Amino acid sequence: MTTELTVARGRGVEPRPPRRADEDAKVPWRHRLTRLDVKYSPYLFIAPFFVLFAITGLFPLLYTAYVSLFDWELGADETPFIGVENYVTLATDDQFWNALVNTLSIFVLSSGPQVVVAVLLAVLLNTALRARTAWRMGVLLPYVASLVALTIIFGDLFGPQYGMINNLLEFFGFDRIDWQAERWWSHVAIATMVNWRWTGYNALIVLAAMQAIPRDVYEAAIVDGASRVRQFFSITLPLLRPTLIFVIVTSTIGGLQIFTEPKLFAPAGSSNGGATNQYQTVVLYMYQSGFQSQDLGYASAMAWVLFLIIIAIAGINFLLTRRLAGTGEG
Amino acid sequence: MLQKSDTAARTRRGGSSSLVKRPGFAVYGPLIAFILGSAFPFYWSFVVASNDDAADAPLLPGGKFFTNAARVFDTIPFWKALGNSIIVSGTVTLSVVLLSTLAGFAFAKLRFKGRGPLLVFVVATLAVPTQLGIIPLYMAMAEFGWSGTLGAVIVPNLITAFGVFWMRQYIVDAVPDELIEAARMDGCSMLRTFWHVCLPAVRPAAAMLGVFTFMMSWNDFLWPLVALNAENPTMQVALEKLQSGYYVDNSLVLAGTTLATVPILLVFLVLGRQIVAGIMQGAVKG
Repeated sequence: MTTELTVARGRGVEPRPPRRADEDAKVPWRHRLTRLDVKYSPYLFIAPFFVLFAITGLFPLLYTAYVSLFDWELGADETPFIGVENYVTLATDDQFWNALVNTLSIFVLSSGPQVVVAVLLAVLLNTALRARTAWRMGVLLPYVASLVALTIIFGDLFGPQYGMINNLLEFFGFDRIDWQAERWWSHVAIATMVNWRWTGYNALIVLAAMQAIPRDVYEAAIVDGASRVRQFFSITLPLLRPTLIFVIVTSTIGGLQIFTEPKLFAPAGSSNGGATNQYQTVVLYMYQSGFQSQDLGYASAMAWVLFLIIIAIAGINFLLTRRLAGTGEG
Repeated sequence: MLQKSDTAARTRRGGSSSLVKRPGFAVYGPLIAFILGSAFPFYWSFVVASNDDAADAPLLPGGKFFTNAARVFDTIPFWKALGNSIIVSGTVTLSVVLLSTLAGFAFAKLRFKGRGPLLVFVVATLAVPTQLGIIPLYMAMAEFGWSGTLGAVIVPNLITAFGVFWMRQYIVDAVPDELIEAARMDGCSMLRTFWHVCLPAVRPAAAMLGVFTFMMSWNDFLWPLVALNAENPTMQVALEKLQSGYYVDNSLVLAGTTLATVPILLVFLVLGRQIVAGIMQGAVKG
């Protein structure tokens, strides 16, 4: 008796259960069991992901849209349906627009320089360094550290009164900066944290992509007399396109949900984004509305709007990056 | 002909040829500066943590670290937080690795209806900002009476789309079909085939996934902050409580961050090489 296997090999034959000649007596029973095993086990194996995603990912996200249509206070007896009122309030809520502008401002300040520096860093790492791995580990150091701990440390460094950075500025004859109270500078400080944390990580991703570029492409360019700079812009950059798209889209999805850094940037009292919300982000405002003001309906409306914004910006980024990296050929 | 700084693109997989020109200061200089900048906040944390809380902090470490550390233990339930973080991250890591490998195995090696579209779905969920669903998640946890328990922060993270995709990519190449065929011929069930054939073959990728999952779980903040409380916190939540007092004692707070950072740095020293390799492999494969 032949045994068909259930291994996927391209467009192989349909799976059939294996049979064993020495167990003829049991064949029907074993046969049926094996057939069930072959047919349903794969679904059983992938089920945990789908079940968990449905319960703790998809459902909450969809239910957020539902909650956003109610005046839903945490612990209240009645949660009246109010339609799109939360959204109407949101559209005229200065604090929300402020938070949205802050989020975008911090995001632009962090993602732009980060990608540029990551590519330059990758160029440096792509040389014939001695002790390559040590250098790579070195640039990755910030990525492994605890975000909460490091935000607190940066908060200390950027402290307006006794902070190390202000002391340095003063030492070199510059004016001290109130990194917490001044809106623009607080964004710069928070973006600095984000950049500090992620640049090395992204550099390694770009480096991996650079090393995957076939060497003969460069050799052909050298024969044609292309300069180093020209090679970088005409070969390296265009071939890095998919990787750059990946890096930018991931940093968009993460960057627009920034929470920990603004939450912990300044100690005590002003922990919800500053005294005048000068660096409050959307997720931080959502946290404040939902879990401190206990207005779950309103916070849900905010979450849903941010969700749509993220999808839209990720899409725009995708298209833009594809264009920009594509025009590298001169 | 070649400038020193120009060797960049030319020397792939350095050291492969004797013609390779070693880079000079133009390369090492910026790299050293970058790494000093990367390390500085860690150093600074220790400097502040080992001195008195003073207006003009010195630039060198002092001798007060253990005094300040002792005050951390008095202020927050440090050991409990550490234990909680280890339990949470450990459970999550074990579960993510095991369940992701199982699902990755099915996606890579087994034939079933809808395999392609289902895999596309898994990858698509990578882009879904599920963090934005925390409000209903919180309501559900409150409903089940799970708020404040470690279960609330463990269960939602038991398996990740990233893990499934990562393992699937690895298993496709790493586990020979012949081995699976052989196991099936011997009468192994699907689950036994997975356990005895697939699992041993994917250890390197599973280890990398484990390290990443552990770090991600260890650093998770927003959801633990919502779901847990000051009496039963994870490390990150406890650190936040340390900072949110009315009077902020920098030596105390940064002693806390130093204590919380040391274990991670030790892990990094031991596993850094693997983490680097993991990021770079993931970038090429994904």
